[in-house]
Order: sequence, then C-alpha cells, then structure tokens
Amino acid sequence: MKKILLGNEAIVRGALNAGVSFVSGYPGCPAAEIGDEFVKIGKDYGVYAEWSTNEKVALEAAIGASFSGLKSLVNMKSFGINVCSDSLFPLAYTGTKAPMVIVVADVPSCWSSAQSEQDSRGYAYLSHIPVLEPADPQECYEFIKLGFEISEKFNIPVILRTTTRVNHQKMIVELEEPHFAKATRGDFVKNPHQFCTMPPRTLEMKKELLEKIKKIQQFAEKSKINKVDRRRASINLGIITSGVAYLHVKEALEEMGLDLPILKLGFFYPLPENKIRNFIKGLKKVLIIEELDGYLEKEIKILAGEINPKIEIFGKNILSEIGELDTEKITLALSKITGKKVQLFKSKNIVVPRRYPRLCKGCPHLFTFSLLKKLVPQGVIFGGDIGCYMIAGYPPHDIQDYIFSMGAGLGISHGVKKSTNQKVVTLMGDGTFFHAGIPALINTVYNKSNPLLIVLDNRITAMTGHQTNPGIGKTGSGELTEELKIDQICQACGVKNIKVIDPINVDELEATINEFLVKPEVSVIICKRICALLAKRQVAANKE
Amino acid sequence: MKNFNIIITGVGGQGLITLISVINQAAFIEGKDVRSSELHGLSQREGSVETHVKFGKKVYSPLVYRGQADLIMGLEILEGLRAVNRVGSQTKFLVNNYFLPFEDSPRKEKVLDDLKKNLGKNLFLVNASEICQQNLQNEVVSGIYLLGYGISKKLIPLKKESVLKVIKEVMPQKYWDLNIKAFNLAYDN
Repeated sequence: MKKILLGNEAIVRGALNAGVSFVSGYPGCPAAEIGDEFVKIGKDYGVYAEWSTNEKVALEAAIGASFSGLKSLVNMKSFGINVCSDSLFPLAYTGTKAPMVIVVADVPSCWSSAQSEQDSRGYAYLSHIPVLEPADPQECYEFIKLGFEISEKFNIPVILRTTTRVNHQKMIVELEEPHFAKATRGDFVKNPHQFCTMPPRTLEMKKELLEKIKKIQQFAEKSKINKVDRRRASINLGIITSGVAYLHVKEALEEMGLDLPILKLGFFYPLPENKIRNFIKGLKKVLIIEELDGYLEKEIKILAGEINPKIEIFGKNILSEIGELDTEKITLALSKITGKKVQLFKSKNIVVPRRYPRLCKGCPHLFTFSLLKKLVPQGVIFGGDIGCYMIAGYPPHDIQDYIFSMGAGLGISHGVKKSTNQKVVTLMGDGTFFHAGIPALINTVYNKSNPLLIVLDNRITAMTGHQTNPGIGKTGSGELTEELKIDQICQACGVKNIKVIDPINVDELEATINEFLVKPEVSVIICKRICALLAKRQVAANKE
Repeated sequence: MKNFNIIITGVGGQGLITLISVINQAAFIEGKDVRSSELHGLSQREGSVETHVKFGKKVYSPLVYRGQADLIMGLEILEGLRAVNRVGSQTKFLVNNYFLPFEDSPRKEKVLDDLKKNLGKNLFLVNASEICQQNLQNEVVSGIYLLGYGISKKLIPLKKESVLKVIKEVMPQKYWDLNIKAFNLAYDN
C-alpha cells in the first residue's frame, strides 16, 4: 500500500509493523506527533503508550518494559537525550532483553528549539549505542524496523536520529498494514548478572559492549542502508553524505548536470569503515556533506590517512557547521570544488520586520506578563523557562533575562539570589514544573534563597501541542488518574508562602506579587487558568 | 517535465498544514511524485510560517531551491511580501489580500505597494478572506479558496476533480461541505 506520510507518522507505522508493545516519551517539537499518535491509537493495536514526566523516566519505563520482555519505543526531541543520558549509558552496558529503539529528533537551524543547535549524533561516542540516520519518511519506516531487528539481534538499544526536515517531511511511503502488538504482558525473569551495573561486573560489561559494537560494525558493512549511488568510472570526486542532506545532494547534482558517485550512510555508528575505505580508495577528492558537526569528516580523515593519504578532503571548510543544509549551499560547495559555474541567485532585498510568535487571544499569561512588566523599573530580574511563556522574551513583553533548559530558570534564579541583593521573579509552566522544576525548588528552599517563583499553570503542556502532564488528572491516553496539586507539592517541599490565583484577578495577583517579592524565604504563586486555545477546543468538542 | 514548486507562506493558525495535505494528496492521486516540508511548534503561535510543496515526475529535496519557486501562495500580504526575496523572474504570486498587522509592521498600503512594485504582472491579489467571510461566514478556508482560484486560472497544474475528491480524504467529514464550497466559489467565478 502507498500512502502520503509525515516522517513521524512513518515512524509510528514502522514501529507498529515491527510489533512494538510499549511506548514512552516526552513531547518536544519536532518529535511530538509520534507520542501523540501512540497515546491516541495505541489501544487499538494492543500497545501501551504514555507521556512520561520527563525523558529520563520515559527511558527508564522502557528499560523496565524491555527487561520484562516487551518491545519498546522511546520518543523525544534532541534535548531529551541530555535528560535521559544518565540512564542511557548504563543501558548500553546491560543491553536490552526485548528490543528497544529510541527516537531522538534534532533541530538544525533551531526552528523549534531555543537552547542550542545540538547534534545528538555525538552521543554515539559517549554511549556506544548504534545510531541510524534516515533521510525521509520512507527511510523512517524502514530504519525503525531495522532498528528493532538490530536491537533484537545484538541485545542493544538503537537510536534513530532524525531532524526537523525528516520528521516534518511528507512523501509517498510504501508500507504494509500495521498489526496487533506481539505481546501485551511480559514476564520479568530475574537476571542480576545482566541487569545490575556493579563493579567489577561493570568493566566486564564494557568489554562485552565494545565486542558487540565490533559485531554490529560487521553487520553495518553488509547493510543496504549504507549505499553507493551512481558509481561511475569518474574517480575525480566522490560525495559522502547522510540524513536529509542526501536528498539535497541528489537535487544539486541534477541541477548542475553532474554525475558523481555518492556514498549515503544510514549507519552513523558504528561506521562501515571498509565500505568507506573502498569508496575513497581510488578517489582524488571527496566531499563530506553532513549537517551540523563534522563527525563523519573526522572519522573519514582517519580512514583516508590509512588507505589514500593523497586524497583531498572537503567538508566543514566549505559547508557551515551552523544551520541546516539545502540544495543551494551544496551547489555552491560543489561549484567551488569542480570549478563548474553555477548561476548565482540574485535575490531582491526587501526588508520585512520580523513577526514574532505571540500569545494567543485570551491567553492567561497575558495578565501575568502585563503585571510583571510594571516591575521592570524597579530593576527586578526575570528568569525564563521552556514553554509558550518564552514569548516573555519577545516584544511587546521583553522581560526575560535568561533562559536555558527545562527547569533551569529557577535553578539559575537561586544562584542569582545567593549572589546579589536584587529581586528575582522566575517563571515556570506546569509541565516544566513536573519535568525538572521540583529538584530546583527543593534546592532553593534547602539552601535558603528567596526568588519568587511564578508557576504558570495553564492546565496542559501547551506549546508542543496540548499533551497531558501529572497536574491534569488524566493520562496521555485519557484515563483518569491522580491529579497532582502543585501547591501541595510546594508545601511538601517546605515553601512557606504559597498562593493559587486565577490571573484574571489582576488586583489580587498584583498585591500578592508585591507582598511575596519582599519575603525573606522563597515564595510561589501559582497562576492557574486553562490555556485559552484548549478552552476554546473543549467548548467546540462539547458542542458536538 | 520539470517539477512544480510551491512555497506557502502565512501566519501560524491560518491552516497551512491542511492546505499542504490537500495539495499533496491531489498530486498523489494524479500519479505524481510529491514531497513537502512543514514547520510545527512555537512558530504556529501567530508567527511567520513558510512551508514547501513539490510535485512532478521525481522529487528529491523537500525544500524549494531558492529562486526556483513556480508559485508563492501567500495567505497574508506581509508574509507574501517576505517571500519576494526568494523568487525568480518566473515565480507567480497568489496572495490573499488580507492583513494581520503587528507592532512594527508597515502600513497595509505600503505592503500592497511593495508587492505590486516588485512583482508587476506576476502578482495575483485575491480577496479570499473577505469573500469567504461574506459568503461562508468563515475566513479560515481562504487557503482552499486560493487553491480553487489558482487551479481555475491555471497557476497550479492540478485538476479540480482531484481536489474535490481529496478534501474528503484528508479532512474530517464536518468540514467537507465548507471546504468544497470555498473551492467552488473561487473556481466558478
């Protein structure tokens, strides 16, 4: 059957086809639609699916499933792998019991990311976990199935590393009907020899892991996902590329009327070194076209030194490490190397002011932001965090003094309070509070500083597309569950000054902000009001 | 034949993703190869959004090579103007005469003036939002109206029948009637 699919839809269909039983993750753009789809349709296929509290517990949940014999999938955006890395590394040591694939979606050009332009492929070197890089939805579908196969064959988790232009690319995909999960209940068979990373066993495990990687490298050498295109007699110049850049390369060659051999690598780690050696052996020049960091280039330089030291290697010297690649950038690079003239595109130079994202009509944050703006003349410092309320850093609000990673706003605000005599207000959404905010709050109380934390509780994880969180009273798949109260958690963490306020009561909110801002201890105001967009959707849904 | 390249620009929340799905599916049932690239996330919160659709015999990159767009569909005039820097002399512009201003935006007259000055006869300015609001009491279907207009004026090489068929394939049933009306309203005029 052929169907137009988004990269993320192809990942879901591929995982279903591979017989996945257990899906966990944390929503982040551009990966969120994978989890969204699984929490929606999982039950129809006998698949358990959850939105976890953060990526670390999401991975740990899947580890438990794997140890119990269930095939699992974990989904997250780039920064999620930072959060879960603490458990990811020992997982490489223990290995999996039932197969596991971890989808990590990077964002070259930071289309939907604030904190950094992270190239998550680097985790392969830290963790020794195989990494596959698909170029488009068809490859998403095939590589995720292959990921499960590799995981099953070698008892190791496999990372499927995607980028925005893969996750949010649509194309016609050839696929099979999905089927019901192979198993819905597992059985945990005790095996501390495999599941406990305790020295001296830890070092044995490392040895086993490195041996596994050698075997997987042999597998990669034979794998069809490392493929050579158009191998012609021409030995002047070859191209090595991976991910979506491969598609831009194909277009660039067609545009320029060039016919060059291409080695397209589906495996990022371990690399099929022999295949690369064979490819570069007879070439005079090679151009390595990879988005973001020059990892492949460094590896290939070492291999070239062994087999073809005279080869000229081009890569990050003519293609930037910053921003995503496209046909134009690749065409220019090829033109520089081949000397083949290309018509430079002369663009008009119309200057149009930036249209910043803004809070929706009726957004509850609007009330809070307008009150906070009044504090600016007092020299108050404003800590930001990850969520729709990052818009506090855009006009007309312009009140965000720092923003880092999930939950970091409060952690940094504590440090600022400890270091200065300035007043600090720090913002945090309900999703972020549960994800990584609570340890920062405990640290703030424990080590006695006093920023004012304003939790913007809009009753949903809004920015990534309205996913549930532990404050809602519903699980991802819509089951009723315990509704965790943020004010009660703050109380249990030792916060003395806590108030829950509907931010439309601006007078009460303003009076409380002014009162709490001079308290000697940390204070928390929970601005609790449902996301305006969600409220509108609920009204519409109730009408039907 | 060369592939047909469309860049759709607009403001988050204007229904760009649905419009892409319709164009993709219509090209698909006509037997064409098709790829598109869309952006989700914070940009959807009323920020600028730019999406690419390409169809034809064989499509590789999901992004339109700068200067090679055959058509820009601007769902808003300022976002249409923003795309002027990406176009070649062959690029046609199909723009909804609809303005969503913000604090620092130029005046509407200036935006329209710049569009006309830079595009000349390649500009097709259509009152899609106004017409949809008047006739259907809903302006969110202005993208489908533009599509109907583009197909009837042969600016987009897709068939009317394909679009009418795929609206039912990619949208929930409750929106079929509204979207078919919006399409026909443009096509039949």
